Amino acid sequence: MTQDAAITMRNVVKRFGGNTVLRGVDLDVRHGEVTCLIGPSGSGKSTLLRCAAFLEEHDDGIIRIGGAPIGYDAAADGSRTRLPPGEIARVRRSIGMVFQQFNLWPHMTALGNVAEGLRQVLRLPKREAQDRAMAHLTRVGLAERASFYPSQLSGGQQQRVAIARALAMDPKIMLFDEPTSSLDPELTGEVLTVMRDLAAEGMTMLVVTHEIGFAAHVGQHIVFLDEGRIALEGRAGEVFRKPWHPRMAQFLQTYLDRGASVLLEG
Amino acid sequence: MTWIHVYLLAVGAVVTAGLSVVSITIGLAIGISVCAASLAKSAPLRVLARLYVSFFRGVPLLVLLLLIYHLLPQIGIDVPGTVAALVGLTLCTSAYQAETLRGGFVNIAPGLVEAGRMIGLSPAQILVRIRAPIALRLTLPALVNEAIMILKASSLVSVVGVGDITRTAQNLSSSTFRPIEMFATAGLFYLLLNIVVARGGNGLGRMLGLRG
Repeated sequence: MTQDAAITMRNVVKRFGGNTVLRGVDLDVRHGEVTCLIGPSGSGKSTLLRCAAFLEEHDDGIIRIGGAPIGYDAAADGSRTRLPPGEIARVRRSIGMVFQQFNLWPHMTALGNVAEGLRQVLRLPKREAQDRAMAHLTRVGLAERASFYPSQLSGGQQQRVAIARALAMDPKIMLFDEPTSSLDPELTGEVLTVMRDLAAEGMTMLVVTHEIGFAAHVGQHIVFLDEGRIALEGRAGEVFRKPWHPRMAQFLQTYLDRGASVLLEG
Repeated sequence: MTWIHVYLLAVGAVVTAGLSVVSITIGLAIGISVCAASLAKSAPLRVLARLYVSFFRGVPLLVLLLLIYHLLPQIGIDVPGTVAALVGLTLCTSAYQAETLRGGFVNIAPGLVEAGRMIGLSPAQILVRIRAPIALRLTLPALVNEAIMILKASSLVSVVGVGDITRTAQNLSSSTFRPIEMFATAGLFYLLLNIVVARGGNGLGRMLGLRG
C-alpha cells in the first residue's frame, strides 16, 4: 500500500444475490490524479465507485480512503470488522460524489442545495453558508441561477449545481458516477469543462465514464474493467495507444466505429 | 325554506367542519406514527402497522361508527355520540393517511437520500430535511383528497345522533316536508366546505414551495 494513495482497494468483492459483480479488485488512486474507470456496461465500474463511497457494502476486501478504512477494517486474524456509522460518516467526509441522475433535492433552490451541507453539517451561520454556496455556484458558472429550483434548470446546469454541492464540503477526493450519461449530447460539454477545470486545479478524481475522449485527454490513470476484474490499467497515453488487452481493443473499436477516433489523437 | 332553516344548516356545517378538522388533524398525527411503524426495521412493528391499516381501511366507516357507538358504553365508557363519531372518523382517516404517507416515502428516489449521506447529513437530518419534505410534496394532493373524502364521509355520523349538516337536513325535511330544498341546501354547504379545503390545500402547496 503506497503512502500517497488517496484510495486503495484490496481484493474488493461485491455480490448482488448470486451475481458476483466485483471479483477481487485491487486499485490505487493517487492524490492529485484523475483516474478514469472505463469498460463495457455491467463490468462493475459504477459498483466499484459506489463501494469507494460505501454506498454499496463490499462483501470482501478492504477499502481505504486517505489511509482510513471505510465500512470494514481488517482484524488481526484476517477477518473483517464492521466500523460504526459515525466512523463511516467521518471517513466519507473527505469524499464528494456526483451522480448520474444529479440527485438534487427538488424542494430546495440551487443555492439551497449547495448551502445545505454547510448549514446542517458544518453548522455555518446562514449568511456565511450562503456566501460560500454562492462562491461555489459562481465557480461552476451558475451564480445567476442561484434562486432556481432543479426543475427549472437544464440537465447540464443541474449536474453543475450537483458538482458545486459536493465541492462546497471541501472534499479531498471527488467521485463521479457517469456524470454525463443522462445528458443530451449538447449538454455534456459544459459538465466536462467544469470537470476539466477541477482536474487542472489538482483535484483527486475517480471518474466512471463513457466519454472516452475525456478519459484520453483529462485522465492520467486509466482502469479498464471487464466482468468484475481490472483487465488492464496504466497511464492514459500507453493504454489508448496500445490497448493490448483484446477486450479493451474490442471496446475501443466500438468507439472508433462511431467516429470518435479524432478524440483519441494527440 | 326560511332563514332559520339556513341558519340551522349552517350550525350543522360548523359541526361537520369541526368534526372533520379534528379527526383529520389527530388522524394525521396517528397516520405519521403508523407510517413510521410500517417503515420501521422491527418486524413486529411493521406487522402491527399492517394490521392497523388493513383493519381500519377494510371495515366500512358506517359499521365502524355503529360499532364504536354501541361498544364504548358496553365497556363502561359512557360518551356522547360526538365522541364516538370523532373516534370513528379519526381511526378511519389515520389508516388512509398512513398508507398515503408510506407511499410517499417509498417513492422517494434512493439517490436523493444517498446525496444526503454523501454530504454528511445524519439519518435524522435526512429524515427531517430531505425525506419528510419530499414525501409531503409527493403526497399533498392525495392528503387534500383524503380531507375532502373525510369531510363528505362525516355525513355518516348522523346515524349516531350527531347534529351535523346531514342530520340537520333530515330533521328539517321531516318537520317541514320539504326534503328536496333541505338536502339541496345541505349539498351546497358540503360543496362550500370542500372548496375551502381544496383552496387551503393549494395555498399550503404554494407556501411549502411545491411546484407542479
